[in-house]
Amino acid sequence: MKSRLLLVAAAGLAVFVSAACTAGTENAPKVPAAGGTPDKRPVTITMWHGFSADNELKAFDDALAGFEQRYPWITVKTTKAVQDDQIIQAARGGNPPDVALSFTTDDVATFCKTGIFQDLKPYLAASGIDESIFPKVIAQYTQYEGKRCVMPMLADTYGLYYNTKLMNGAQPPKTLSELTALAKKLTVRDAQGDIKVAGFVPSSQMYENAPIHTGTMVGAKWTNPDGTSAIGSDPAWKQLMTWQKDLVDWFGYDKLEKFRKSLGDEWSADNPFMKGKVAMAVDGEWRNAMIASDAKDLDYGTAPLPVADDKPQLYGGGFIAGTVIGIPRGARNPEAAWDLVKYLTTDTDALVSLSNALRNVPSTLPALRSPKLEKDANFQTFLDIFANPSSSTLPAHINSVFNQQTLQEAQIKWESGRAPDLGAVLTEADKKIDDKLKLTSGD
Amino acid sequence: MPAGRKGRHRGSLMALLYLSPWLAGFTVFFAYPLIATVYFSFQRYDLFTLEPVGFLNYRYFWQDEAAWTSIRNTLWLVVVMVPLRVLFGLGVAQLVTKLKAGVGFFRTIFYLPSLVPLVAGTLGFVFLLNPGTGPVPTILSALGIPSPDWFGDPSWSKPGLTLLSLWSVGDLMVIFLAALLDVPKQLYEAAALDGAGPWQQFFHVTLPVIRPVLMFATVTGVIQTLQYFTQAMVAARVASGSTDSAGSVFTPGYPDQSTLTFPEWLFQEGFRDFAMGYACVLALILFAVSMVFTLFLLRQFRGLAEEEA
Repeated sequence: MKSRLLLVAAAGLAVFVSAACTAGTENAPKVPAAGGTPDKRPVTITMWHGFSADNELKAFDDALAGFEQRYPWITVKTTKAVQDDQIIQAARGGNPPDVALSFTTDDVATFCKTGIFQDLKPYLAASGIDESIFPKVIAQYTQYEGKRCVMPMLADTYGLYYNTKLMNGAQPPKTLSELTALAKKLTVRDAQGDIKVAGFVPSSQMYENAPIHTGTMVGAKWTNPDGTSAIGSDPAWKQLMTWQKDLVDWFGYDKLEKFRKSLGDEWSADNPFMKGKVAMAVDGEWRNAMIASDAKDLDYGTAPLPVADDKPQLYGGGFIAGTVIGIPRGARNPEAAWDLVKYLTTDTDALVSLSNALRNVPSTLPALRSPKLEKDANFQTFLDIFANPSSSTLPAHINSVFNQQTLQEAQIKWESGRAPDLGAVLTEADKKIDDKLKLTSGD
Repeated sequence: MPAGRKGRHRGSLMALLYLSPWLAGFTVFFAYPLIATVYFSFQRYDLFTLEPVGFLNYRYFWQDEAAWTSIRNTLWLVVVMVPLRVLFGLGVAQLVTKLKAGVGFFRTIFYLPSLVPLVAGTLGFVFLLNPGTGPVPTILSALGIPSPDWFGDPSWSKPGLTLLSLWSVGDLMVIFLAALLDVPKQLYEAAALDGAGPWQQFFHVTLPVIRPVLMFATVTGVIQTLQYFTQAMVAARVASGSTDSAGSVFTPGYPDQSTLTFPEWLFQEGFRDFAMGYACVLALILFAVSMVFTLFLLRQFRGLAEEEA
């Protein structure tokens, strides 16, 4: 009797454990049939996206209206303001949307490796889409270990915004030493030495000054081909961080922090560049749309980010990333979902309309060349950065977020003066990143 | 089967039947998650796929500096914040009992902050102490008193969180107030007749009577602090100025991991870095430490109760 009870208990436990082990592994991706007549039975598909601002929602709804006109048998039901966490949980729970959009490329490696998003290569092949319509740099952040599990829908590039009035006739800097000189010249302090207007805020903690964006100014490398950290061994990081620290020290770390913490919200009309509190700032191409909406009278210009004095060949390039879109595993209507993904990522008119409304960079070469794409000098800067061969991205990495956090922590410690030995700080960052890699991928 | 054994058997079944709701809850919400956590701790588990890795997750724990930093921070909060909250709560309750007028008003005023949602309270606190625009540094500066960057300087961030916890001490104040009002008045009268002063009355009359309540406040305070998460996460995020946008990476524990608590690191590893196998190791450690703390304090509590009996 006792042994029978034990047997039943063990069986129950085995069922529990095996159920836990296989959670979320069912629902194998469905590949659309190549060629043939598409199934035109009416279908409603669900789509989750991260747009939340009124102008963004309108632009996106317009794009979806264009899709429903092209594919009248498909109705798209959207959910706004969704973040990656929610997509992951839904995929785990076996109840994902048919299409999901992510604003960050940081999770692409995880999406691909775990299969949260389906591999789209069979879909691309079945639809006969030539992947050469996408600039090469995009491939680095939309695929991982041979799987393309997301497609690019618009791209972001980063450059330098400058306030023409505050610049007082000065030309935008092309090198770090020019940026330093101009930053000092344009900075205004009060009698107590507190900063009233900053020529440029060099702190890595300032809005878009994260190392992922500023690393391109010195051509810094994040990882080696085997995925291990290149941060400590690449002298470019030392070059960037030494430059930053020198300028932070000129301001005084405490003074700069006090100034930074007095600034308005980055995503509001109180953005300090839009308010004339900083003369030069690193920012993405979307700022053009925000200035047009909230600071119409601002007299400003845009330029590529300045580069290291000894690397003039880098000038003109910048960091590239973008919005990605895919079909989560377990999607109930993968074929209709693919029609939507294909439309939003490869249809030239759809991309151009979205770009014109959101002021993001179109992510295909035909859309970039489209005469319907509205351009002005300030937006053109970012189109040029996007097309520049020196531009780069952060290739998909399984620990992308951790790697960025580790370097950012090191930067804060260094620029605050709380860690005096830069070499030791970077070596420590290397060790953390490499140890983490062994934990998560065993490589 | 003899009638006696049959009766005992039926009795056991009935007992099991009566216990079954609890057994079901225990199995689903405790035993199974615990067994699953142990199982996952030996796997490389990214929330979707499993790969057996033996003791890799346990070995990584020994070299994970962030985990040890988070342990030190959490212990700091247990050792400093919990006693301070108990002392402060008791002090405020004692003050309220001595008030001659406006007792209801002050009781409400002291209690209200504990009703403020954690996120809102923390946000407000960080803004109040913000070195750039906060009213507290502005006023202090006008008076010529320098103010630290409370949530931006690693040496002040944990004291800043402690200050926040003292502000919302109303929950403790209320139970201490009830306990203080429950101390028989004749004990004070007898002590006064024997010549005991206010301090002697407090140490020899008040404290012994309210010790069970103090113990309860300490046990629950320690358990809550071992799970300290929201305030540290919100304060760090707001103070860092990091936004939840593409390209903006927020690192819990800002600045310099000085506010990184153990539950924060567990969450980060499991749900941000997708190292759920390792997060399970951290969860088991938290479980073991919480059990040890709780058993120790309960033993003290039991000893106290027996002593009083």
